[in-house]
Amino acid sequence: MKNIVIIGGGIAGVETACALAENGNRITIIERDNKLFGKLNNWYCLFPDFKKSKELIEYYQNRLKNYDIEIKLNSTVEKAEKNGEGWYIYTGNVRYAADAVVLATGYELFDATRKEELGYKIYDNVITQADLEQRFKDKNFLTSTGKTPERIAVVHCVGSRDEKCHNMYCSKVCCVTGVKQAIELSKFLPETQILCFYMDLRMYDKFFEELYRQAQTHYNIQFIRGRVSEVSENSDGRLSIKTEDTLSGRPMKMKLDMIVLLAGMETKKNTTEIAKKFGVEQEESGFLKSKDFHIGAGILSEKGVFAAGTCISPMSIKETIENARSSAYQVNEYLKTL
Amino acid sequence: MDFGFSTIETRVIEFDKFDTKILKYVLQHEKSMLVCMSCGGCTATCSAGNLTDFNVRRMQIMLRRGEIENLQTEINKCMLCGKCMLVCPRGVNLRNVAMLIKKALVNHKDLK
Repeated sequence: MKNIVIIGGGIAGVETACALAENGNRITIIERDNKLFGKLNNWYCLFPDFKKSKELIEYYQNRLKNYDIEIKLNSTVEKAEKNGEGWYIYTGNVRYAADAVVLATGYELFDATRKEELGYKIYDNVITQADLEQRFKDKNFLTSTGKTPERIAVVHCVGSRDEKCHNMYCSKVCCVTGVKQAIELSKFLPETQILCFYMDLRMYDKFFEELYRQAQTHYNIQFIRGRVSEVSENSDGRLSIKTEDTLSGRPMKMKLDMIVLLAGMETKKNTTEIAKKFGVEQEESGFLKSKDFHIGAGILSEKGVFAAGTCISPMSIKETIENARSSAYQVNEYLKTL
Repeated sequence: MDFGFSTIETRVIEFDKFDTKILKYVLQHEKSMLVCMSCGGCTATCSAGNLTDFNVRRMQIMLRRGEIENLQTEINKCMLCGKCMLVCPRGVNLRNVAMLIKKALVNHKDLK
């Protein structure tokens, strides 16, 4: 029997744990928070099929019952040191001896206050997609002045593809998140006009393009190709935005009641800390560096250390699950060589 | 001689007939222009563009499409304030692009 320690109890960590437990390994999940499933707890529903996040959490709660996986909540990794072929991991007063370690530390949402010109935390009616998911749960869509919004803008690429924030990469799931949220908003507020401001719409996965189409045919969502460069508040509490309608080649301004910023995905600070503890390499973006892009995804630069999920790159929940399964395969292949 | 008909200029962008001399000159001196993704952030924030028909994003496109006849009138509308550079997500030094275009227009005949 082999010992495997998984750091992070989000979807990636839990899926990797279940997949590895199938082979009779002894698994420990170390989770910093007081509960499993990380950010999934905060989402209302998922693209592209509007599956409720709750259902997915229930699925994993039931699945976990099949295995004897040790789950240590409220725990952080204080130290990691090499132990022959494996690793010692220190958390609290406990030392774990692991034959393999999987880092599944996840991502952090881009802090939208860094794009000051977009007014997050300056104007009350500027929110992020994470705030909106909470509003979906609470069924609360009123503006700060208690009005039902007449017009809502969804702003794509906030903190992604942006040299000014040192994030050159595309967070890739925001496009479809924006379309999903626009549709969901339209379902809750059929009288409200909803517009998406985009630079490119990257509908890369199965059913994403169909969702985009649905947004046009069934929900009358308007798509305007232009990056929003300024947001300001008027004396009546409504917001004004400036963009270029690049398809007609003219600057455009507009009044609206609420703005949803699609903040990108960034590496967590604690991913960097943990990467340093294990001495594994990171990419320039901060994401953990795999041994090979094509055939070595999830294999990190130190022997016996693997990664799963969004600490490798931005990915959707579906991709996170697939990726976790693939990382579990890499771990199993590695354990065979010991 | 009037034959009772006239020809009209084609609306097609003729890629093979582009005058790329100015484009080459600008790109040679300002590499950041290579990475523009036409998001329009610059135009949205441009003071000149909000008051006149100047479009700082289209200035680059005109250059790339070899449309240099109107470039002289266009470029004079730019106030070189540099706000476009502040918002550009790709870090294009648009002010320098504008200044290089001005220089290139003066020396156009000598450019290769």
